[in-house]
Amino acid sequence: MSAEPVRALIPLPEEKTGLLTRLVDGLDQASLHWLSGYTAGLAAHAQVPPRDGATLVSVETAVLQQLTIVYGSQTGNSKRLAESLAREAGNAGLAVRLLRADAYPLRELKSERLLYVVISTQGDGDPPDDARGFVEFIAGKRAPRLEELKFAVLGLGDSSYAQFCAVGAALDSRLAELGAARLFARGDADVDVDTIARPWLQRALTTARETLKTESLKTSAPSAKVTPLRPQRAPVTWNRERPYSAEVLVNQRISARDGSRDIRHIELSLKDSGFSYEPGDALGVWPTNPASLVDDVIGAAGLDAQSLVAHEGQTLPLRDWLLDRRELTRLARPFVFAHAQRARHDDLDSLVASPVAFPVLLAEHQVVDVLRRFPAAWNAQELVAALRPLAPRLYSIASSPKVADDEAHLTVARVDYEAFGHRHFGAASEFLAARDADNRVPVFVESNERFRLPQDASRDIIMIGPGTGVAPFRGFLQDRAATGAKGRNWLFFGNPHFRSDFLYQVEWQQALRRGELHRLDVAFSRDQDHKVYVQHAIRRRGRELYAWIEQGAHVYVCGDAARMARDVHAALRDVIVEQGAKSLDEAEATLSRLAAERRYSRDVY
Amino acid sequence: MNSPNSMTADSYRAAAAEGVKEASRRLRGTLVASLADAVTGALAEADAQVLKFHGSYQQDDRDLREERRLQKLEPAHDFMIRTRLPGGVVTPRQWLQLDAIAGSYANGTLRLTTRQAFQFHGIIKRQLKATLQAINASLIDTVAACGDVNRNVVVAANPYESRAHAAVHDSACRLSEYLLPKTRAYYEIWLDEKQVAGSGEEDEPIYGPTYLPRKFKIAFAVPPVNDVDAFANDIGFIAIIEHGTLLGFNVVAGGGLGATHGDPNTYPRLADMLGFVAPDRVIATAEAIVTTQRDFGNRSDRKRARLKYTIDDRGFAWFKAEIERRAGFEFAPARPYGFDTNGDRFGWTEGEDGRLHLTLRIESGRIADRDGAPQRKGLREIARVHRGEFRLTPNQNLIVANIAATQRAQIEALVAAHGLDNFRIATPVRLHALACVALPTCSQAMAEAERYLPDFLVRIEALLERHGLRDAPINLRLSGCPNGCSRPYLGEIALVGKAPGRYNLLLGADARGQRLNALYRENIDETEILAALDPLFARFALERNGEEGFGDFILRNNIVAAATVSNKSIPLETRT
Repeated sequence: MSAEPVRALIPLPEEKTGLLTRLVDGLDQASLHWLSGYTAGLAAHAQVPPRDGATLVSVETAVLQQLTIVYGSQTGNSKRLAESLAREAGNAGLAVRLLRADAYPLRELKSERLLYVVISTQGDGDPPDDARGFVEFIAGKRAPRLEELKFAVLGLGDSSYAQFCAVGAALDSRLAELGAARLFARGDADVDVDTIARPWLQRALTTARETLKTESLKTSAPSAKVTPLRPQRAPVTWNRERPYSAEVLVNQRISARDGSRDIRHIELSLKDSGFSYEPGDALGVWPTNPASLVDDVIGAAGLDAQSLVAHEGQTLPLRDWLLDRRELTRLARPFVFAHAQRARHDDLDSLVASPVAFPVLLAEHQVVDVLRRFPAAWNAQELVAALRPLAPRLYSIASSPKVADDEAHLTVARVDYEAFGHRHFGAASEFLAARDADNRVPVFVESNERFRLPQDASRDIIMIGPGTGVAPFRGFLQDRAATGAKGRNWLFFGNPHFRSDFLYQVEWQQALRRGELHRLDVAFSRDQDHKVYVQHAIRRRGRELYAWIEQGAHVYVCGDAARMARDVHAALRDVIVEQGAKSLDEAEATLSRLAAERRYSRDVY
Repeated sequence: MNSPNSMTADSYRAAAAEGVKEASRRLRGTLVASLADAVTGALAEADAQVLKFHGSYQQDDRDLREERRLQKLEPAHDFMIRTRLPGGVVTPRQWLQLDAIAGSYANGTLRLTTRQAFQFHGIIKRQLKATLQAINASLIDTVAACGDVNRNVVVAANPYESRAHAAVHDSACRLSEYLLPKTRAYYEIWLDEKQVAGSGEEDEPIYGPTYLPRKFKIAFAVPPVNDVDAFANDIGFIAIIEHGTLLGFNVVAGGGLGATHGDPNTYPRLADMLGFVAPDRVIATAEAIVTTQRDFGNRSDRKRARLKYTIDDRGFAWFKAEIERRAGFEFAPARPYGFDTNGDRFGWTEGEDGRLHLTLRIESGRIADRDGAPQRKGLREIARVHRGEFRLTPNQNLIVANIAATQRAQIEALVAAHGLDNFRIATPVRLHALACVALPTCSQAMAEAERYLPDFLVRIEALLERHGLRDAPINLRLSGCPNGCSRPYLGEIALVGKAPGRYNLLLGADARGQRLNALYRENIDETEILAALDPLFARFALERNGEEGFGDFILRNNIVAAATVSNKSIPLETRT
């Protein structure tokens, strides 16, 4: 096959075109197919950063002349047909990429120009397992407008079922609804697949040839437009004191039903906020206290919810002050002192006086517990003045904007427990967990310069993030995968149970398969007789871990400050002692040096 | 454009399966590494296939699949383990050991299968090895209980013709041992046997390096009871017994019930009669059939890889000649025999040696402790005092066998105290119903079976009651998919799952395992099923000839077309 017909379509600089011509010249058909798959894979997974200019040829020109074929297959028929079509299109000299639906990068849909979908319908109208995400995305409200897209759908099914080819039909009409142009009518293939499928495939091939020819004529002129890699941001108008009201896109529990805790994955839209963030940054959330808690506090203090309180230049009903202006779930010393003066209760006085008991009281009680346990007379004005102003809660962002675009993802452990005969909540986690999609949340970006990926992308990184401490590392990994960072990525994760608490398990597995995550060590503390934590995994992997550090790896720790960070620090120190034949002090000095070099960073709370 | 059919999905799958076997170094694969991978509760795809040969299936809780997908968690993977237990016989001591395994590693239940095996469900990957070690510690193994090899050999369960039955059982056990794969993989991986030179390259004189194209099933029947459904097996040995002595076997071959919805190239098929052989020729006969299937079975389409298709594709005359050539002898003409039923005989029976056997009804073969019926506990109590053995029947029931007359009262009391005496009061349709496991664990299931059976029985009993048919012995079989674990195509009434809540309704088998049923209504829900049966029951009540069975009645009245019922291979039937 000659490379000449291809050449006319190549939107590359002349020098690259020459290279390409030499590369493909004389290759047999199989090699050419391989090459097209290889480069399509590159395009799909690696957004290669531009060398020094901050520019990148817009992907639009690249995808213009490309046919994308997506299939969802349960028993293999759709796959077979899609593969056959891709093969034929390739033979016809068309640029084609073939993707199983769950491998399709959904973000690219909006820039797609020519799309064929081959998809079966299972049982009572369900998509094949590998296409659920794809179908849901297109059906959902996050699907982009597709004015530029031309498409056609081939559905497969079994007409003895009521929902014959329902998935294909729904996709077909939804794509049109999103503004895409249907090239030709949908095929609904029955169990005698080929009767319908073969004419459809034939038509698809002919149409793709015509369409791509037209498109390439339109764009083969030197019209490749150049778009800045980082689009200009709108000037920031939102900040901590003036939070942006972010729409909740997803609020999904990600610990299993029998999990020890309710962990949520929350996706927020920062669209039009002007915020930009980097992996490692935190998102500040201004919560509203649970209404039931506010009512309990007012009841326990014997006050009237509507009594007006003027404070700090604002006059509001007491209930409003407590809902989103005062701290109720965290107990502060000044409030307890003020309360003790009013309560005149010997037990409370001795608790406050005890250097041992007082911190325990502060840690275990909320405002309402103190009001209930040691009743005292308050007036509304004084109560508002005595309580601490509400502070925002900071959550490590669990996404990279290179993948999540204008969204920020959070990993939130819902705090919800029984104490003193009453249900207790954490203010922000409860607030977030109760937000459905469409609700809004006041947020701002809190930059965290001390928790950054290495400037040098060829450095290895070691990420230690048990529990929700894994959040920033999801963003790290997304970022490193998107930029094609050369360095290796090693994650340590732990939680109580493998089966219920393996946060983002499927994403890590995918990253391992794609070679984006190189090592994953897990410690599930309660899956065996003896408890196993990340620090045990670190010690077990001491030799390799030390080798990574010696080769310049950056070490990151995120999560619980009280115990985990301390135990992990000790484990790292012991690894250095053991593997580096150093004294304890020398090992500590090594860790201090690494910290000073920003190669040992902690984000602990 | 080229035909998109140049390589079909089926042939891809078959080629992949054959490749996995070939590359597995005699069924080792990378199982050890897969077991050690802490990031997933599953095995590598190829290892999951290899694992079957070791008697275990990787499954997942399908009730949770969608929920966990949204939770970004992998499916809740677990494993089913099936024992190899020729004829389904265990000692009381073994019963207690298996019961303890069900409690400590599995989901707290024991499942008796239609092939006289125990199944444990819900075992997680990191306990798989410990569980297999515990099973082997009870002197029971799971080698070749699944996979493309000869599976568990089933044998007529009730030993009332004690001496001849013992001889039949002995033939079955020796054949099972003879057909075991020779690889040491099982012992190395699960029982820590040391690898020796040649490990991974063991000679497999019967199977060869890629084993069989598909699973292979053998049954031994003792007329007049066809509890094993001999004609549904790749090989059926039908015992010919005269005056208490085993003379030999009529051999039938090419049975199998699996089919695929909407694929007319697949179908259930009953075995054909080859002829009579003496007991000392059982092994040579079986080996000739197995190796013929090894060499000629379809290895490019797993849906058509069973022996039944090899016979249909090449012709029975060719097949019989090939077997005789390989075996080195000719079959004698089949001896007269006859089957009365393929069901179990419940309650007490007495063997010719004066020992007693008590057949208990275990619904769907599931031994569990339920409210008001702590059956698992009850059987544990019985195992603690029983001195005979336990026998699993091919109809998912259980025989407490070889009870001394002096122990009868004691066993009887334990049975009554633990809700094991339902066989006395249950309707015939309830007593004889079969259901496969299906949802939530079976990956093949398209609809509920075991979990749906209790509800469906209540409905169908009410319907029968309304037509005065409470005591009509109707054989009902429920299957979650068309693959046939509960032998649905031999049920007088069968439901074969198509989609959640929807089934094909098949009618007209003969309750003796010698005539297949046929499709009556396709893809209908419960209301439609009951509405379809209602007028048939009404007619049956009015027009039944004497003790005529429901399936025979259906056929006589052409309610399903005789042509479709008379499958191309109705076996020879001769009455004594």
